[in-house]
Amino acid sequence: MKLKRPSIPYIFWMVIFTLIPIVLILYSSFTDRNGNFSFEAFSKAFGYYDVFLRSLWIAFISTLICLILAYPLGYIMSRQKASVQNTLTMVIMIPMWMNFLLRIYAWVTLLQNDGPIDIMLSLLGIHTTLIGNQGAVILGMVYEYLPFMVLPLYTVMAKIDKGLIEAADDLGSNKYIIFKKIIFPLSIPGIISGITMVFVPSASTFLVAQYLGGVDDIMIGDVIDRIFWSDQNTGSAIALILMVAILVFLIILNFFGDEEAVAT
Amino acid sequence: MKKLSKIYTALIIFFMYMPIVVLILFSFNDGKTMVWKGFTLNWYTDLFKDSQIINSLWNTLMIAFLASLFATALGTMAAIGINNFKGKKRIFLQNASNIEILSPDIVTGVSLMLMFTLAGVAFNFKMGFLTVLLAHITFCTPYVVLNVLPRIRHMDYSVYEAALDLGCNQWQAFRKVVIHELMPGMFSGFLMSFTFSMDDFVITYFTRGASFQTLSIQIYTMTHQRISPKINALSALMFVVVLVLMVIINIKDRKLEKQNVQKAL
Repeated sequence: MKLKRPSIPYIFWMVIFTLIPIVLILYSSFTDRNGNFSFEAFSKAFGYYDVFLRSLWIAFISTLICLILAYPLGYIMSRQKASVQNTLTMVIMIPMWMNFLLRIYAWVTLLQNDGPIDIMLSLLGIHTTLIGNQGAVILGMVYEYLPFMVLPLYTVMAKIDKGLIEAADDLGSNKYIIFKKIIFPLSIPGIISGITMVFVPSASTFLVAQYLGGVDDIMIGDVIDRIFWSDQNTGSAIALILMVAILVFLIILNFFGDEEAVAT
Repeated sequence: MKKLSKIYTALIIFFMYMPIVVLILFSFNDGKTMVWKGFTLNWYTDLFKDSQIINSLWNTLMIAFLASLFATALGTMAAIGINNFKGKKRIFLQNASNIEILSPDIVTGVSLMLMFTLAGVAFNFKMGFLTVLLAHITFCTPYVVLNVLPRIRHMDYSVYEAALDLGCNQWQAFRKVVIHELMPGMFSGFLMSFTFSMDDFVITYFTRGASFQTLSIQIYTMTHQRISPKINALSALMFVVVLVLMVIINIKDRKLEKQNVQKAL
């Protein structure tokens, strides 16, 4: 039974379908159309630095809003009876199981000119364009990824030993101190996995900005999509930079997590 | 629940469900705009007459089923093997498996596309059903590994040894003890794979070649052409299916929990 052999097929699978494709991306980034070594793809990729920065910015703001919205909800959920907790978890998960394009499309229909929200606002005398700007893109992102923030926060907070809170209460801590000394430090792993699960997909997503944003709001994922079909070298270089940027982000984030775990 | 908590929870739920509800409402609208023109079921009948959509639905289900089946087998075997490695080698293998989960979908998509294009030239094939299936197995398997590994770690090997002592051969002991113990992990791995595969757009988009259609791709084409209430009808149906499935799973889980509690007593 103590065999290592059953993992061999998967190791082969990972080499063929994960390692080789990444090596190909690397190779393609450092060559030109004719397969000669070249930095041309990278210099072209850096021409999109503004799109890169915008994607990171949109992802950052969306992650922040998700965290602010999800934290109280995760806490509220973790304080309920087991049956209410289960039901609420299900309620949060169901929209996640709807197709991602359909969820974005729902916002397109809601926000479009002469759509329901636009009609309601104009009845109130407010005339404005709701769609085609960065705000709409961020709204779409928050809508898309909010459950990914709520669930890890809730899971971690539900595991907090109620005895700890009662003990602190008995020893005279007020609610603020209980939050600061117990709930917040113990919820940090949830915050970190929530940030990871929202930031990574929102920084690299494509289509959300195409559907909800204006011409100037496209994100790096949209650029990869647009370029890759005609210029694989530049497309690979952008994908590589995106991958490295996300890797660095994850390493920094995990470093913070370890620090905090040691400190408490 | 306190009043403030209730209001907050209700607001978030409203935010999450309002777009879906509006979409469903307008799938019954007898008009193409967002102005209510009366009730109709035409968009639903149109949907079922659309052979392309039915075909895409079939493809989506086939891919999801085959990919999660294969991923469950591959991932369970992998988890059993990985569990028997020690120290750094094991951590390395686990991290290698997680790369696929952590790397952005679009990177997985384009890197696989690069490989399939090259392999296609070398071995003379075109991207389609098979390449999408291979890609889906690739991104589903790590989730199975993730679900099965903790169950192996908590497994009691002496039960397996006891089965052998009591006259089971190795295969019987494996099937009756190990598989039985790992079943819940395998099942949740399978379910996760199935839903991720069904929901995937990005990776399918890059590995599907010229003509292979799944539901996500179909929706993408539909939303790009012109906004059609047929999409609303499709969303409504998919939402109801998900809702029913989730409720059934939830009720079943609770019954199981109750049974377990009763057994324990």
